[in-house]
Amino acid sequence: MYKPDRSKFPAKDKKIELSSQKYVKVWQGPQHPGVTGNMALEVTLSGDEVVDLKTHVGYLHRGFEKLMERRRYIQCYPIVCRICVPEPDTNEYLLATAIEKLSGIQIPKKATWLRTLTLEMSRLASFLMWIGGQAGAFGLGTVGQWTVTHRDYILDLFEELSGGRVYHMYTIPGGVRDEFPNNFAEKLEKILQKTEKLLKKIKIMMFDNAIFKSRAKNLGVITSEMIDKFGIVGPNARAAGLKRDLRKDEPYLAYQELDFEILTLEKSDAFNRAWLRYQEMWQSIDLIRQIMKKMPQTGEYHAKVPNVLNWKIPPGEVYVKAESTRGEYGYYMVSDGSEYPRRVYVRGPSYTHAMAVLPELAKNVNIADLAGLMTSLHTYPPEIER
Amino acid sequence: MENFIEKLKKLFSVTNVVHTKEKQVFLTVEAEKLPLLLTHLRDYENFTHFAFLTAVDWKEEEKFQLTYMLHNYNSNSDIGIRVFLDRQAPEMVSIHHLWKQVSTYQRELYEMFGIQFPGSPEVEEPMILEGWQEIPPMRREFDTKKYSEETYFPRSGRTTHDPKKHMKKKLYPEWNPILNENEDV
Repeated sequence: MYKPDRSKFPAKDKKIELSSQKYVKVWQGPQHPGVTGNMALEVTLSGDEVVDLKTHVGYLHRGFEKLMERRRYIQCYPIVCRICVPEPDTNEYLLATAIEKLSGIQIPKKATWLRTLTLEMSRLASFLMWIGGQAGAFGLGTVGQWTVTHRDYILDLFEELSGGRVYHMYTIPGGVRDEFPNNFAEKLEKILQKTEKLLKKIKIMMFDNAIFKSRAKNLGVITSEMIDKFGIVGPNARAAGLKRDLRKDEPYLAYQELDFEILTLEKSDAFNRAWLRYQEMWQSIDLIRQIMKKMPQTGEYHAKVPNVLNWKIPPGEVYVKAESTRGEYGYYMVSDGSEYPRRVYVRGPSYTHAMAVLPELAKNVNIADLAGLMTSLHTYPPEIER
Repeated sequence: MENFIEKLKKLFSVTNVVHTKEKQVFLTVEAEKLPLLLTHLRDYENFTHFAFLTAVDWKEEEKFQLTYMLHNYNSNSDIGIRVFLDRQAPEMVSIHHLWKQVSTYQRELYEMFGIQFPGSPEVEEPMILEGWQEIPPMRREFDTKKYSEETYFPRSGRTTHDPKKHMKKKLYPEWNPILNENEDV
């Protein structure tokens, strides 16, 4: 992290007055290559040092929660996957689980494994997209070119599995839509090997790179006291040494039968967060291999459900959650007994990371490192404004 | 869990306790007792993680339901706390001093449901809907279809075709004279 010389501009007064001509206000975003999605940062600078930051959202608001109130449960599917573009399967899985929990449907064993597989595949795809952004924010654009290509390979697999590249809608209430296509396992293994090769290259290109190291280390340190105060979850919290992973703590789907450890590091700065996510990508590849090995080969993949066009869910409320790439992702669903959901609330981990944590971490950061800091929190605006 | 609920019943007179799934419970508390209950849960019962705060509109009963969701990392249990507000003058005690991210949730609720949170920092600043003039859009009476029909207009100069007729004309051009003569074909 670049340390500016502050001796000429001692920060005596806490109040920032633009009329004193010591400060300048600039906007980073909403159209800026260093911004994740459409989010704007209102930055107050003293020289090239950030003294104050405010996050502005609202450029991507499509009113998903409102739209869902006027749609039948099955009609919500094309909506929910758009809440998180790199990782739509978490949304689909959580909506399906909320419906199943409220109406008391048990899904077949094979369906849980297929759902776990799509979750892990989308985790890998999402991390691949993120690591490109993280490297690009520190000037290593080549990594981004590689990883987006490899994400596309995974999207090709999703296309074979579900018919859709980005939005799959593969998980539906009661199970999943279909079985594997022919030769899916071999194709998947081939792409996993390709990705492993890529990850080895990224290690040399990015994590052994002196520029990346010097800029990312000590940037935006999250202390362990901050975690509960701000509600920080996911890799951001795990990098600070907290062993919290919903896949282990409250095992859902088939995660109980998979063999993996919660990865943690001691200090949550931008470099360590990136390093932890890099290791979680390896873990995800390992998990996909385990799933393919342990998955039952035959069996039902869809439970019997009522007619989805006229499905009345019993009244009640439930909160379901899953570990996404960014941490705890949850759906809170309230049903009033009709065909339409009364309320669906989507809890995205970016909400606190971007709106509360980022302004805190950005203080006294050089403006050149701001994009890297934001990407290292892995924020994603559609979760904030839904 | 049962002892814990009994204790909450005694201390905060919580009602309507529902176990929605394993290690998850929803309960109702009066609005005045909410800050006390949340502080108790955070400081003594280890519910340190604030997951979310949201509202549900029960228009038929003239009520707003606020749901506060807390999580305990030691026992991995969730507690959802419902608070019912009068829909005519919705106002709630702000709890922004307990967790840092709460003020953003309250800001969003003020904007989307019109629930007042006096004292919450920057609560009246628009978060998502800059320059919004209508009623708060997440309320049940706000009609999205009516709003879009009144606000947005179809672009002039564009013609629309009935897809069935259009495709017939496109696919069978030799039948076009007949199709044009008798539109019902």
